[in-house]
Amino acid sequence: MSTKSKSIETKTDFNQDERLKKVSKLRLLLNRPELGALGGAILVFIFFGIVAGDTGMFSAYGVLNFLDVSANLGIIAIAAAMLMIGGEFDLSIGSMIGFAGICIAIPAIYWGWPLWMSIIFAFSMAVLVGYFNGILVVRTGLPSFIVTLAMLFILRGATLAITRLITGRTQVPGLRVLIEDDPLAWIFATDTFKWVFTWLGSMDLIALRTDGTPLATGIPPSVIWFIALAIITTWILMKTRYGNWIFASGGDKNGANNVGVPVGRVKISLFIGTAVAATIFATIQVLDAGSADTMRGTLKELEAIAAAVVGGCLLTGGYGSAIGAAFGALIFGTVSMGIFYTDVDTDWFKVFLGAMMLIAVIFNNYIRRKVTESK
Amino acid sequence: MSDYLVQFNNISKFFGKVIALKDVTMKLKKGEIMCLLGDNGAGKSTLIKTLAGVHRPDEGEIIVEGKKTIFDSPKDALDMGIATVYQDLALVSLMSVTRNFFMGREPMKGPPFFKTFDIEKANKIAAERMGQIGIDVRDPSQAVGTMSGGERQCLAISRAIYFGAKVLVLDEPTSALGVHQASVVLKYIVKAASQGLAVILITHNVHHAYPVGNSFTVLNRGKSLGTYEKKDISREKLLSMMAGGEELNKLEVELLEMNRSSAD
Repeated sequence: MSTKSKSIETKTDFNQDERLKKVSKLRLLLNRPELGALGGAILVFIFFGIVAGDTGMFSAYGVLNFLDVSANLGIIAIAAAMLMIGGEFDLSIGSMIGFAGICIAIPAIYWGWPLWMSIIFAFSMAVLVGYFNGILVVRTGLPSFIVTLAMLFILRGATLAITRLITGRTQVPGLRVLIEDDPLAWIFATDTFKWVFTWLGSMDLIALRTDGTPLATGIPPSVIWFIALAIITTWILMKTRYGNWIFASGGDKNGANNVGVPVGRVKISLFIGTAVAATIFATIQVLDAGSADTMRGTLKELEAIAAAVVGGCLLTGGYGSAIGAAFGALIFGTVSMGIFYTDVDTDWFKVFLGAMMLIAVIFNNYIRRKVTESK
Repeated sequence: MSDYLVQFNNISKFFGKVIALKDVTMKLKKGEIMCLLGDNGAGKSTLIKTLAGVHRPDEGEIIVEGKKTIFDSPKDALDMGIATVYQDLALVSLMSVTRNFFMGREPMKGPPFFKTFDIEKANKIAAERMGQIGIDVRDPSQAVGTMSGGERQCLAISRAIYFGAKVLVLDEPTSALGVHQASVVLKYIVKAASQGLAVILITHNVHHAYPVGNSFTVLNRGKSLGTYEKKDISREKLLSMMAGGEELNKLEVELLEMNRSSAD
């Protein structure tokens, strides 16, 4: 558009609708998509605070433990949430994790590539897979559920077949020795703020090993990635043009197209986002474990979607938040670790996960009706 | 040079063997409201899409501000100041008023490469614009879904004007609205025209069109039955010119006969 119109100054001569009522602050707060997840997270902490407060769950070591689990899930949950807000699903996240792990391990171990090159290779493959998912969905108009379900099988199968073809096995160990001195791997494999923990240990504030080093050595890389991603994606959604386009593309594809939003490009970029997030997840885990496994990441796509839904994302798109998904992941991570500190059998975790998601969906559905209702 | 803002001369559009539009002519001056009336299947949608640049006319010419032009895409039409507000309004009900208002055309601030969506400015403009048409958006971050149908229609029109529309093409803006809401929207359309816009109001509702229109074009089966100034035609005449009119007369006669025969 070239110019803004000479402003059409019309003085208000229409009667103000006397039936409009003022909206309370509470109602405005209730309209935030992440509210449910925030409340849920607080409840979970209160619960474990009471039940497991004196068990070591909330020691430095325990906290880092459940933060690490939450953060790993959170990295893919945030990307899944962005895509869901954009109106699509990605069921191939879990398979992409396995695939990315192999993309790092095989070149590094069998082809003699430097580790940093393998990592870049894995991310390039992720961009390709995401682009392929996106272009298929955008061009064919097929539901992304189906397209990425196909990709789930294709990627997992290819991962298994290629790995066995090249290595004769389904696992590729031996990566740990390559991490040291690698110019790139440290981004995914370094504990940070070690000095804080050393200092806390020296002050006798946190638990020490018998050799005097602290039990919790530093903030794991997953947590840093998780927090960084949560901040960046929230900023994108709330403060950028691209963020507005994500909401618009998910809310009403045709309407968004009509006013000039490049819906196709937005969706493709979000599919690339989930594949890249899966690769970040994979890189951190592969470097941490020192080995890649073809089955790594199985069912992770569903956990990511569950966390996004608990975080307030609607399955129909156009509504949700990245920070909500982060809280959703925090809930799942905290419960999955916290359950070890209670007397409850860990077998019950999945029951909790399912119930939590069900409650979240019912709650979100209610919120959506409230938000969209004409008054 | 003519004083017409926009002219559509002898527009025809064919889809294969089907003649969707034949020799439709419309001319609008600034500040004029032309109502395009027609029953379902009269070719209204095809005409709208031709005006909006979605379809390219097979015959005829489009003249905007004295210059002959061809619209290759909806963007071309928009750039020439011809904005179409479709029935679906291109509003996302889950998104806020502000985010809808600036959807696809967000105001930006900040240094290059770090530009951010200037949401404060956008909020201010959106609230101001909605205030001008008498819609008190308490909070421009409220979802559009909470607004009434009339308010949404006004929002979509107001958005088109803000982004530089000179000619507004409105597709059935009142069809889904109640009496009060429709009158609010119609008032706003008159207001917009009085500020120098040309409006093409597409409707099948003569009762909505007649009070606000300066001229009326009746479309039937892809052909224009002529354009009439308001002083030259009565509401009743317009009604009967639309395909429905004649048929309703027939229906009335038939019903009368049925009554008579059943009374016998």
